[in-house]
Amino acid sequence: MKKGTQLWLEALKEEDVDTIFGYPGGYVLDIFDELYKQNDIRLILPRHEQAAVHAADAYARATGKVGVCVATSGPGATNLVTGIANANYDSVPLVCFTGQVPLDLIGNDAFQEVDFIGITRSVCKYGVMVRDRKDLGRIIKEAFYIARTGKPGPVVVDLPSNIMKEVMKDSYPAEVHIRGYKPNSDVHVGQLKRALKLLRDAERPLFLCGGGINIAHANQAFRQLAEIVNIPVITTVMGKGAIPTNHPLYVGSMGMHGCYAANKAVSECDLLFSIGTRFNDRITGKISEFAKEAKIVHIDIDTAAISRNIKVDVPVVGDAKLAIEKMLTMVKQSEKREWVAQVKKWKEEYPLGVKSGNCVNPQRIIESINNIFDDFIAVTDVGQHQMWTTQFLELDNHKKLLTSGGLGAMGFGFPAAIGAQLAYPEKQVICITGDGGFQMNMAEMATAVAWELPIVVLVFNNSFLGMVRQQQQYFCEKHYYGTCLKERKSCQRIKCHTPEECPPYLPDFLKFAESYNVEAYRVTEEEQIEQTLKIASEKAKQNKAPVLVEFILERYDIVLPIVRHGGTLDNMILEEN
Amino acid sequence: MDIKKRWLAVFVENQVGVLAKISGICSSKLYNIETITVGTTADPTISRMTFSFLSNDATFEQIKKQMNRCVEVIKIIDLTDIPTHMKELMFIKLKINSPVEKEEVISIAKIFRASIIDYDMERLILQSVNSEVGNNDLINLLSKRFHDMEIVRGGVVSIEAMSISNG
Ligand SMILES: Cc1ncc(C[n+]2csc(CCOP(=O)(O)OP(=O)(O)O)c2C)c(N)n1
Ligand SMILES: [Mg+2]
Repeated sequence: MKKGTQLWLEALKEEDVDTIFGYPGGYVLDIFDELYKQNDIRLILPRHEQAAVHAADAYARATGKVGVCVATSGPGATNLVTGIANANYDSVPLVCFTGQVPLDLIGNDAFQEVDFIGITRSVCKYGVMVRDRKDLGRIIKEAFYIARTGKPGPVVVDLPSNIMKEVMKDSYPAEVHIRGYKPNSDVHVGQLKRALKLLRDAERPLFLCGGGINIAHANQAFRQLAEIVNIPVITTVMGKGAIPTNHPLYVGSMGMHGCYAANKAVSECDLLFSIGTRFNDRITGKISEFAKEAKIVHIDIDTAAISRNIKVDVPVVGDAKLAIEKMLTMVKQSEKREWVAQVKKWKEEYPLGVKSGNCVNPQRIIESINNIFDDFIAVTDVGQHQMWTTQFLELDNHKKLLTSGGLGAMGFGFPAAIGAQLAYPEKQVICITGDGGFQMNMAEMATAVAWELPIVVLVFNNSFLGMVRQQQQYFCEKHYYGTCLKERKSCQRIKCHTPEECPPYLPDFLKFAESYNVEAYRVTEEEQIEQTLKIASEKAKQNKAPVLVEFILERYDIVLPIVRHGGTLDNMILEEN
Repeated sequence: MDIKKRWLAVFVENQVGVLAKISGICSSKLYNIETITVGTTADPTISRMTFSFLSNDATFEQIKKQMNRCVEVIKIIDLTDIPTHMKELMFIKLKINSPVEKEEVISIAKIFRASIIDYDMERLILQSVNSEVGNNDLINLLSKRFHDMEIVRGGVVSIEAMSISNG
């Protein structure tokens, strides 16, 4: 005879789970007690459930395995929502277990009862409450299967406490059969032929790689394909790293803050061969002008992503890796094209760059990372620092980037770095975060210290919610309202203090670090960057603890180029106003 | 644009929350459902939902894809351009002010093949099983004369035809 919690634990072991990110509470007491009795699975206790789910998310992104988190009913569960939506947008396989009041209390407005399946219905891949102890094993099996197959995504399993206590004789099922869920496991060769015919006939073909390539681990195969057909490659933010960024065919990432050459190439190409992207508005700009000259091929695992935002000439439904590997058997080495040189010329004419004042130029920080580290996982938060990272960070098979793309959830960076470091204790994990986003989850410093994680945390401090401030600069006549993180009661609403009177930043990040016994450095000059990064990385390893480096940026640095909301891609703002 | 009436039969797991999920897909993407009916099938674990939408091709394609993506959806049939039998049940409660009015309702009912299923001294209930358009016509006609009407429409149910070439 087995208790519900025993079967649950058995299920996790069967699913090869070694790490759980969980926060306790009344209705998951039994689950925690079950974990207490074993040693195969470690429990990571964050300081907020949101951090648990972001960490599980990054753990999954880094390893390709399904991430697992646990939260109690009610407020524990609702604290997961942002992280679930985040994982959903970026197609990350997660299983989130939530405690729930016993079945006989459901609907009574019981203490800490929320309809969590209802709340998350539109932000997860699948959600289900277990209503009968005999379904428990099947449901968990299905949850893991649904999370990891097809277009991966988060699955929510709501566990009423009485079900977890109930005993019966059963075991974790070996097989799944879900009649409404048959993920695509093949690609249509006829469609691929049609796509490759367009490719042969095109004069100015262009690859556009989305996150799908990284998720499908199709990077190696894609690189081969690109080299054989010899056409330039651009990526979305999520697709960055699809091909090494120093590869001669790589142009850059495109979209709202993409590079000139990439956006220009999209506007000028006559075939856009896209793989694993959903043509989100941040990359297309004005739809009617997007890739106007081009025929469009779109390979995607998700039928619903095809022809939704832009009309596609040749749709191919299927896994990116499978499709690319099939194509590799169908293509012949092709000549170098004039077009490749043309795109390269654009890239040289309009290189990306940050013009900065006297302080630390953010571009130099990222370039120093490129110089110093050759094996790392970089994790960003959301904002300007994230865009600078996606613009300047070099990626290849040993240099990986994790970032919140689709949802753009501030607060992701630091807990995600924790998840990544737990997955790869030996790798250098670098957390690149803004002063705003870091404050959203900086309580996780305790988790990082507790688990001896040598994360190098780089806080890009411009004392602004910089990305929004930049939008105010361009689109709201420089009305910097609600974006200054130095602002105090004493500040006049519109006019700033003189620099001498400008109040000090809150908090003092060095003192913050000190209170965790974490070494911290403040960098105010460019010459200090490389040296400090080296020291930070060494100290982190030595101390088996995180190290924090605060970079004081020029407050008004901006990310360029900018494509306006709803503007066209070839009409970029390239210079500061 | 190509806005027209579309029909879908959606076979789903007969479970709590599935209706909310499917209608949630529509509401979250701002697809307006015109009518919806739900009932179990011969297999009690499967429900059949019949939807109608007023939409263009692109939106309708998205609706189908989004529904198909849903784990609980087993099968979708697009009924828009295939022969079907479609009927809607409708009740109309009318206030009758005179014997003449009563006669008139009875003759209208006859023409529309509606039946009178209940009455008292001042009121009368009509039952109509007709196409959606037929029921619209009946309401239009009656509303020219009668203002005190209570209308209950059941939404359309439909089944693929076997022996006819258009419904
Ligand atoms: C949870 C959340 N709230 C608000 C936003 C909107 N937003 C996007 S970037 C940004 C500013 C981020 O500031 P900071 O972390 O300091 O980074 P910076 O842009 O200055 O590099 C804000 C508020 C968001 N993306 N996520
Ligand atoms: Mg900032």
